[in-house]
Amino acid sequence: MEDVLNRDIRAGARLLRWIDDGVGEARSILKQLYSHTGKAAIVGITGNPGAGKSTLVDQLITRYRAQKKTVAVVAVDPSSPFSGGAILGDRIRMQEHALDEGVFIRSFATRGHLGGLTGTTADVVHVFDAMGWDLVLVETVGVGQDEVEVQRLAHTTVVVMAPGMGDEIQAIKAGILEIADIFAVNKSDRDGADRTVRELRLMLDMGKEAIQQQQERVCPPGWMPRVIKTVSTKGEGIDELMTALAEHRKAYENACRDPNFVRARLRREFLDVFRRTLFTRGWSYLMHEDHLKEVVEKLQDGSSDPYTLAKQAVNALGRL
Amino acid sequence: MDEERKIRVLIAKPGLDGHDRGAKVVARSLRDAGMEVIYTGLHQTPEMIVATAIQEGVDAVGMSIMSGAHNVLMPAVVDGLLAKGAEDIVVFGGGIIPDDDMESLKKKGIKGLFTPGTSTETIISWVRENVKPS
Amino acid sequence: MLYDPKAIDAVKGEKESWKQEELKATLDKRSERLPRFSTISDKEIPRLVTPDDLGDSEYTKKLGMPGRYPFTRGVQTTMYRGRLWTMRQFAGFGTPEDTNQRYRYLLDQGQTGLSVAFHYPTLMGYDSDHPRSLGEVGKCGVAVDSLRDMEVLFDRIPLDQVTTSMTTNGPAGVLLAMYIVVAEKQGVSADKIGGTIQNDILKEYIAQKSWIFPPRPSMRIITDILAYCTEHVPRWNTISISGYHIREAGSTAAQELAFTIADGIGYVQAGVEAGLDVDAFAPRLSFFFNAHSDFFEEIAKYRAARRMWSRIMKERFKAKQDTSLKLRYHTQTAGCSLTAQQPTNNVVRTALQALSAVLGGTQSLHTNSLDETMALPTEESVTVALRTQQIIADETGVANTIDPLAGSYFVEWLTDQLEEEALQYIQKIDDLGGIVRAIELGYPQNEIGDAAYRYQCQMEKAEKIIVGVNRYRMDDEIPIPLLKIDEEVERLQVQNLAEVKRKRDAKQVQAQLKKVKEAAHDGGNLMACFVDAVREYCTLGEIIGVLRGVFGEHKDPGML
Repeated sequence: MEDVLNRDIRAGARLLRWIDDGVGEARSILKQLYSHTGKAAIVGITGNPGAGKSTLVDQLITRYRAQKKTVAVVAVDPSSPFSGGAILGDRIRMQEHALDEGVFIRSFATRGHLGGLTGTTADVVHVFDAMGWDLVLVETVGVGQDEVEVQRLAHTTVVVMAPGMGDEIQAIKAGILEIADIFAVNKSDRDGADRTVRELRLMLDMGKEAIQQQQERVCPPGWMPRVIKTVSTKGEGIDELMTALAEHRKAYENACRDPNFVRARLRREFLDVFRRTLFTRGWSYLMHEDHLKEVVEKLQDGSSDPYTLAKQAVNALGRL
Repeated sequence: MDEERKIRVLIAKPGLDGHDRGAKVVARSLRDAGMEVIYTGLHQTPEMIVATAIQEGVDAVGMSIMSGAHNVLMPAVVDGLLAKGAEDIVVFGGGIIPDDDMESLKKKGIKGLFTPGTSTETIISWVRENVKPS
Repeated sequence: MLYDPKAIDAVKGEKESWKQEELKATLDKRSERLPRFSTISDKEIPRLVTPDDLGDSEYTKKLGMPGRYPFTRGVQTTMYRGRLWTMRQFAGFGTPEDTNQRYRYLLDQGQTGLSVAFHYPTLMGYDSDHPRSLGEVGKCGVAVDSLRDMEVLFDRIPLDQVTTSMTTNGPAGVLLAMYIVVAEKQGVSADKIGGTIQNDILKEYIAQKSWIFPPRPSMRIITDILAYCTEHVPRWNTISISGYHIREAGSTAAQELAFTIADGIGYVQAGVEAGLDVDAFAPRLSFFFNAHSDFFEEIAKYRAARRMWSRIMKERFKAKQDTSLKLRYHTQTAGCSLTAQQPTNNVVRTALQALSAVLGGTQSLHTNSLDETMALPTEESVTVALRTQQIIADETGVANTIDPLAGSYFVEWLTDQLEEEALQYIQKIDDLGGIVRAIELGYPQNEIGDAAYRYQCQMEKAEKIIVGVNRYRMDDEIPIPLLKIDEEVERLQVQNLAEVKRKRDAKQVQAQLKKVKEAAHDGGNLMACFVDAVREYCTLGEIIGVLRGVFGEHKDPGML
């Protein structure tokens, strides 16, 4: 615990491993670490595979390091639904920073349990925050619920898109418009980049009110999402992206002077922890001592229905 | 909490050669065996591999070298891990490695060595037997 | 038509009755050995091919005459009756002194061309004293840091009498510059030397991964080399468009064919866009293919390659000269097919692969040595490899007639199939916006990765057999002697490099490096600058270092 707070890489890495593996000790350490959190700026970076997120993160690391800020990166990739294994290759693009002591890159697999993200990303971010990293960049693949989860734990959310991949349409469908503070239209040296930018701006403009209503509780009031063109492989547009990030940070910090805004964030943070605790607890209950087997047997012989059984299981949790 | 201990392995390509077919095939098959594999990409120095292994909290490091530089680069990773107090990370390797070199590499702390033609099944069961989640 | 339509009807009738009668009866009694027969590339192979399977084949359009469009039967009029293929063993190890000795030995043994294998630091643009070269010096090839090393490498080898192939890509221009200056010092002018630089950077991104700069500046260096050589080194093959490494990375035969031709299209396109006349540089483009183990599939691949390339050059690029349409190629037997288990079997594998290259019409050939899966070849093993070619040439009689397998129903069918499959890949690449864009998107890389993994799985399930590995294993194997590169080589090479740096004119060195930098920035021809720079003993690492500063470095996109 002391070692983690002193930013000992090895101790931090081990704690992260415990969190990832769901080892019991992790929870008690997290409790103690919590009072040391709240200093880091947390930036979520999400987008479809192939949009160029990792290269963009690599560029951001370089810029933040030039500002003498320390950077932790949480790179999340999906686990294989078949084997439960994963190949985590995001850090390949960031290996130039492997020897920089002011950078800590850690890859996670979603592991597919507990629903959404790794389920533990919020805990991981807390560890990095408590360790004293100035920036925590959380990179996730935007499929399904992940991007929404990212937005709930990040202070600033960047959605990365590439032109010509149908991302614009995907954006409306997935409700991405509502979660982005900044859009990075990456690979903007490609055909169709200007069109993507135009369409995004148009959609943002049309949906202005709806977006602001949606964002009310979580975003700095009055913030309108920015659209920035980048070519991460060439480092183009990164200055503009850094400026937008800084402006959003400022707006966020201003908003934090409003107790209502802070309350909303804390509430959200708690609900996330609560949801996960509840789910983990319920899951363990069902998995242990044949509870799930009993439930299925009752369903099979027709002696009960899923609604009654689910309620009974939840009630049983309270008595444990 | 619900414990889910998984084996985490770093697959690394030290040195200057670009033959990553073997490394990638091994990475894929370890994934298909349910492990989490972090892949470094090409042209890594021993220092980069050591730093990555520690940050990623892995249980093992597997290296593939096809350029003949194994006698220098593989022990450099073992020594680097030792210097950082991470000697519990199991190191194994593969590539074009003559028998004579195998003995000396094993003495220098490379626990498993696999030459071309080794089945991925052999590598998977070796990892399962010799590597335990930390 | 290849066949008379009336005769085809008769064949169809006969085939149908054979199916109903003999075949049915036989299969009822006993099923075949395998539920499905396929090539090593997993292409399904029919039981029997008959003339009716060949569609509306017109002989003159599809096959033609040797040395004539579409060159399916070969690029030379008399093929091996005129001159045998060039026997060119790829070699290089240790110091330039070590390798020079090996070259002179091979020439004494009847080898007809040289082929330089450089060590990794040279291929990656680092000098032997660079920290990244640690442990790599002289291991996988010969160490060449400066002109001094190139002088030693070709000592007592007359460069007006041999042709030399240099396997180098990122630093190809610098090494060719060294070769030009060495020839100059021997009194041989640049227009008299002949050979090849690989200089095929696109396949580095796809498969071999010895890259230095990002794709676009790399393409610019290549067009500089094309322009310079067209004018000053007219007998030099400026790009050897290579499928070899694509195949070694695990591609199928059709992918090797498709991605290689697609790379070729990329270079011709770049040359044309740089304002060069297609007929001025296209004749100096050559190809380099792999000879893998599936005998007929390989032969079909080479024949399809010639036909495809000539049509593409004629139809897409409007090339007018016959020499622009000819796909000339070097072949190397498949390194990835060799096994460390029962290594003497590798001699047999290599012989059969070499035979397929010759039956396919190759212009030059490297045969792997039996120990190459474990180390660089010893003198004994490389001699056997060279003798393999000589036996094919002088004993088997396969070189007596031109394209002897033409007209085999199966070979023609398979040639058509490979062409069709490859054209589909090329169409897909065109749709993506060309090969450079396709590479940036990781398309060929992913296709190859998938194919490699598929093969590995088939191998492990013993659906594909490798003798001595997943069938006919032996517990007690007899070890073979291997060539060992002494760690002393590194010390020696670093010492020689220090000596070069001490003796040269430091002021000239700085001036030349500055010129390289300026040309890189303002678009002057880099190749001309390389020649001047190496003459003053600027090292390879210094020159490439300057370019790294201007162009940046390519990073592993890490596609899996």
